[in-house]
Amino acid sequence: MYGGGYIFEEPKRQPLSAQTPDDPEKLAAFEKRIANGEKIEPGDWMPAEYRRQLIRLIEQHAHSEIIGALPEGTWITRAPGFKRKLALIAKVQDEIGHGQLLYNAAETLGKSREAMINDLLSGKSKYSNVFNYPAETWADVTVIGFLIDAAAIVNQVANAKGSYGPYCRALERICYEESFHLKQGHDAFIELATGTPAQKAMLQDALNRWWQPIMHFFGPPDKASNHSEKLMQWKVKMASNDDMRNQFLDTYVPKIWELGLTLPDPLLKKNPETGKWEYSDPDWDLFFEVIKGNGPCNKERLDVRKWAEENGRWIRKALMRPEEMKRQTAPVA
Amino acid sequence: MTDSLDPRVNRLRLDNIDAPFTIEEGENWQAYEVFHQEKRGAHHEHVGCVHAPDPQMALIFAKEQFGRRKKCVNLWVVRSADILAFGLEDEDMFANNMEKTYRDASGFKVMEKINKFKGKP
Repeated sequence: MYGGGYIFEEPKRQPLSAQTPDDPEKLAAFEKRIANGEKIEPGDWMPAEYRRQLIRLIEQHAHSEIIGALPEGTWITRAPGFKRKLALIAKVQDEIGHGQLLYNAAETLGKSREAMINDLLSGKSKYSNVFNYPAETWADVTVIGFLIDAAAIVNQVANAKGSYGPYCRALERICYEESFHLKQGHDAFIELATGTPAQKAMLQDALNRWWQPIMHFFGPPDKASNHSEKLMQWKVKMASNDDMRNQFLDTYVPKIWELGLTLPDPLLKKNPETGKWEYSDPDWDLFFEVIKGNGPCNKERLDVRKWAEENGRWIRKALMRPEEMKRQTAPVA
Repeated sequence: MTDSLDPRVNRLRLDNIDAPFTIEEGENWQAYEVFHQEKRGAHHEHVGCVHAPDPQMALIFAKEQFGRRKKCVNLWVVRSADILAFGLEDEDMFANNMEKTYRDASGFKVMEKINKFKGKP
């Protein structure tokens, strides 16, 4: 038996790299459990590498939810009309809530919330690259709400079938709320696409700007990506980058084309024989350059987060109850 | 830094923010588990957790996080540190012995005895 604090102890005391090699018997039992479709829970034995990769994955996902709310939050006051403002406020609140759910899931693996936020602020932890681009017009917000959320759903629905219980449970709630995000984004997108010539032109411009970041969204092509088969076997990674990209194109390109819009890639088409989509290779050098911190909005996004942490400190401290803080602990599930 | 497209971001004067900033361990408070009751008469079910400085604030955050959609009539919060659980590695102790019909209603054949007493076949 153990108290709720057990999860916090292990990796905090000892750097992950210093952990002893995995016990082969325990590893075999762990892999058998996953092969049987069972979930891994926080108290279970797990290989150090599984823990490390999951922390990285869930933490990046959490940061992406928080940072992703910034370009949209910008547009709340300028959203056209009361209904769009309400929907955008609700969406931004959901995204922040998703960040909280995911931070909790990552904490069950032994990394504290504070350490994750510090790694985000210092640039050590990454977030989805797509949020390093500006939302220039209202049409950009509709493209984000429709297509970026659609891409995120493809990714999250896949991950929800993964092996780590707390992450799956968080994703179940997240996917349910994302379905509203996608629908309100599609609705706003259609409104511009079927509106005045000026609205349609504004949407086409935004689509042209966002197409490359969207193609970047699922990551480098499988032939260039170094994800290990181990991560697939352990059900940390549930689908390959190219498979998810193909699934996204298959569902959403027809929904764009049916509205009379175009996509800025002359090679984009579905190969009727293979059933797979073909497209021009997006600029992967640019992708890595933006990940390194040299995108149009990287600095602004992190500076805004840092500003919020600095200027929020006084209220966090004012609410602090020293007698309540004696027993620090991570969430148990 | 160049101007942001967001006027509110420009008003934050982010030029002054280049110094590294770190938050302290414990600054994000502590974890509380949240239990959600969908309707009167139903059990409270565990739905997740929140970070809060005390139980009152935990309830407020729980309402924002777990009560903003769908039906909810009540929430509980309990500090994660106060949860006591069995180890998952001990789950075999819950395995059911098949010879436990004496615990189940189906283990007692009263009609057979009544029919026998009444002389029916």
